[in-house]
Parts: sequence; C-alpha cells; structure tokens
Amino acid sequence: MMTESWLKKILQSGHFAVTAECGPPKGADPEVVKNKGRILKGHVDSVNVTDNQTGVVRLSSLAACALLLAEGLDPVLQMVTRDRNRIALQSDVLGASALGIRNILCLSGDHQSFGNQPQAKGVFDIDSIQFVQTVRKMRDAGEVIGGDKLTQPPQLFIGAVENPFADPLKYRASRLATKAEAGAEFIQTQCIYNIKRFKEWMGLVRDTGVDGKVYILGGITPLKSARMAEYMANNVAGMDLPEEIIKRMKSVPQKEQRQEGMKIAVETIQELQAIKGVRGVHIMAIEWEDAVPQIVQEAKLSPRPQV
Amino acid sequence: MITAERKPITEIKEMIAPYKKVLVVGCGSCVAECASGGEKEVGLLASALRMDAKASGKDVEIKEMTLDRQCVYEFIDQLTDVIDQYDVILSLGCGAGVQAVAEVFPKALILPALNTTFIGQTKEAGLWIENCRGCGDCKLGYFAAVCPITRCAKGLFNGPCGGSKADRCEVDPDVPCAWQLIVTRLEDMGRLDLLCKVHPPADWSKQQGKGPRKIYREDQRS
Repeated sequence: MMTESWLKKILQSGHFAVTAECGPPKGADPEVVKNKGRILKGHVDSVNVTDNQTGVVRLSSLAACALLLAEGLDPVLQMVTRDRNRIALQSDVLGASALGIRNILCLSGDHQSFGNQPQAKGVFDIDSIQFVQTVRKMRDAGEVIGGDKLTQPPQLFIGAVENPFADPLKYRASRLATKAEAGAEFIQTQCIYNIKRFKEWMGLVRDTGVDGKVYILGGITPLKSARMAEYMANNVAGMDLPEEIIKRMKSVPQKEQRQEGMKIAVETIQELQAIKGVRGVHIMAIEWEDAVPQIVQEAKLSPRPQV
Repeated sequence: MITAERKPITEIKEMIAPYKKVLVVGCGSCVAECASGGEKEVGLLASALRMDAKASGKDVEIKEMTLDRQCVYEFIDQLTDVIDQYDVILSLGCGAGVQAVAEVFPKALILPALNTTFIGQTKEAGLWIENCRGCGDCKLGYFAAVCPITRCAKGLFNGPCGGSKADRCEVDPDVPCAWQLIVTRLEDMGRLDLLCKVHPPADWSKQQGKGPRKIYREDQRS
C-alpha cells in the first residue's frame, strides 16, 4: 500500500503532472471501475473519481477509489458538500485515509436540481473552501471542527477546483488565493477551450503570487463530436466553449470528429505547458477513457516519470 | 414578511368535502400583504367554494372572518364565541397561524388553505422574493446586505461557485447570482477586503440545533 500521494511526489519533483478522470457507473458493477483503471494505468499519474457528478446517483466515489487503489492506481477522491454534512464528510475523510487513499478534491458539487434526484434536500452544511480548511486542520493539527483531537490524523494531499471562465473574472483570481489560504495544495480547473481567457486568468493569478503556493492543473475535455461541443456550449453551467472550436469540429466529417477533438486537446495541452504557473493537466474524457493514453502520447507526455 | 400561496382549489375542495359548515378565516398581516390570505382573498375563496357547492347541488354553509393576526392569542380569541358553530375552520393564515389557532382550540378541526413559503420582500407589484432563512446568526454585515445562505442556491459562505455566468445563477437563469451582487456591492463600497477572510463553518445550531426555536424574554413577561 502506498504511503504517500503519488501525485504529490510527481508535482514536488517538478514534473508536469497528468491526471485523468474516472466516472463511476450507475450501478454496482466493480468491473466497470476496474476496467477504466486498467485503461488509464501507466498513462497518467493519478485518477480522479467523481462524486455523483451532476447530481446523478452513481457508485460511491470512496468505494471506486478503493477499487482503483487495489488495481495499483493513485486515486483522487472527489467529495462534494452537497450530499453530506460535516459529520459525514469528516468521517469519510478518515475512512479514505484508512483505506490508503492519499488525495482528496474538495468541491461544493453540482446543484441537485440538475440530476436525477431533483427533489433531494441539498445539504451544503459547509462550502468547498470550508471543507478544504477542515481537511487541512484534520491533517495538520489533528483535529476535527470544534477542536476535538483525532487519535490519528488523515494523510491526504488536498485539492480544490476553480473555474477561470465563470464570472466575475477579476474575483476568480482572488478566490483562488482564498482557496490556497484555506489550505488547498493543488487546483484542477474547469475544461479549457478558451485559452485566451485562461491566459488572462493565469496572469491575474501570477500577479497575486498564488501560482507559487498551489500546483495548478489545467482541465482538458476532448470533444467527441460537433454536437457535443454545441451541447456543452449551451447547456453546461460554467462552460466557455468559443464559437471557433464548434466551427472547427463542424469543419470535419462526422467520422473524423473524434480525431479532431483529440487534436484540439493535444494542442491545448501543449499551449498549457508553455504557460508559467501551470504545473500539469487534468484530462476529463467523459465516458471515453480510452482516448487518454493516445492524447498523453501525442502530447509527448508519455511515458510517465517514476519518482 | 412571511409569504404564502393559496393551495390549488381542487386540493381545498377535497379537504373540506366531508363538512357542511365551513368558516374561512383570513389573517390581516403578512399573508394579506402578499395577497394570499387577507380579507380580500378570504372573500374570493369563500365565493368560489359557495359557487362550487351550488353547482354540485351541495348544501354547504360557508362564512368568512378575518383576524388582524392569526398568530397572536388576543386576536385568535375573536373566534371563541363562534367556533362551535362550524365543522371546520379553513385557515388562510401562514403555518404559524394555523398552528396557533389549533392550539387555542384543541377540539376544533383546522385545515390549511395556504402553502407557506418563505420570509421575503415585495420586490415589485406581484413579485415576492425570498431573502431571509431566519438562521439566527445574521452575517449580512460581511456580505454587503445580500444573504448568501438564502440567495445563493448552494448557500455558499465563500462563493461564488463555478457556475455564475453573466450575473446569473446557474440553477435558475431568472435569478441573479447572489455572489455577483455581493462582489459588485462590496467593490462599490471599496470593501473587497471583506472577501479575503475565509468564513468558518456556520453555526446551524442557532437555526435547528435543538429542534423548534423559541425566544424567551423576561422583560416582556409582566
């Protein structure tokens, strides 16, 4: 069993990190998770497991992380504050560490009204920044909210997310600083299609000096089709997908659109590598995990380093 | 004020169907202000129920009465002399009013005609918005007088979330993003520094820690 976060070791040793995403199935089949893990193993440093993303009930992220760990991967446990109060969150943080999970990504989560349980009560007892702060205190001070001591603190590398494309832009950079101050050690961003705005945001981030305090991993989602591009542009909250990307996807025949989507992803990764302060990429190939090895290879980020 | 909306007429008719003598009781306070349970609405509902009874050939007596406040004993007491004449009280008070009347008259049947919704503000004619959750620990001073618990769909203390686009909330584009309002107002006041502070987890015990809350004031007892 690993004793330290592999992702942390990769980033600390100065390598450009590559993480991917694994969405658990809408069912109890462990093989789905294991198969996704096998596809990604060796091609990326760590794998995020989403937590009932878009508010749709799926196999739990904690269980899926344990399955990936058993397959020899370094899982990143995504946990949202939408579904659990502070008692459940802190309990699961301890459980994750006990299972050997070494990375956590703290989020507030997509609002329940978007999913298949729109009548659910959204918990939001604490928000994502408070959650980051809580995990940090559990780990570093060995105490839970309220100050009670833990018999053994959890061992976790702590991450958060940021959306450089949501409004208000100027505040997005200072919000990142707040997340860093709360205790986040790495940041994964929303999918980047508007590289110009991303660069603008990174400029603001560098002005605050936060790029020296947290590892920033740029989000990449390869497009499967022109239709997917249009859908994301119009229906996914917080997404900034410029018209020229949709045009580019439409300009090739349908059969070749997947290839084109991967090409855009590779080009974006290469642009990100040139931006000061970007320390890696997070590839979210939605239900298309087998695209990841090829993207990593074409971006010349393969083979992954051993540290 | 407390806002409410009248229940669909079919639901109300179904509730009172077994009864012959109905007293429709309004409230002249909050629900009158939001045009759901005042004297006027009592009249409209009673007329509709009478017409319906007539059309379906039922012999039902429906009377009207509106109290200044349905949640204060001094006003509820006005029902004392008449309540025995009715099979059912159809209350157009908020949830607090319905329960207060029921407590004063333990043997009477009280049914709610409204769905009580929120603490809110009359934004413009015919538009009410929710802006207070009664959390018991007001922090509006930090948030430029815009409540994120109530007006942010995720109740974020350290917002905004990643879904705010063009000033709108991702959950409902008809609703302005509370955090956009907070940031803009603080910027106008030159107080963006207030956002650098990480707000710790809220103390929800002030809202729901030990079940229903009460306010007890010795100075008001005599």
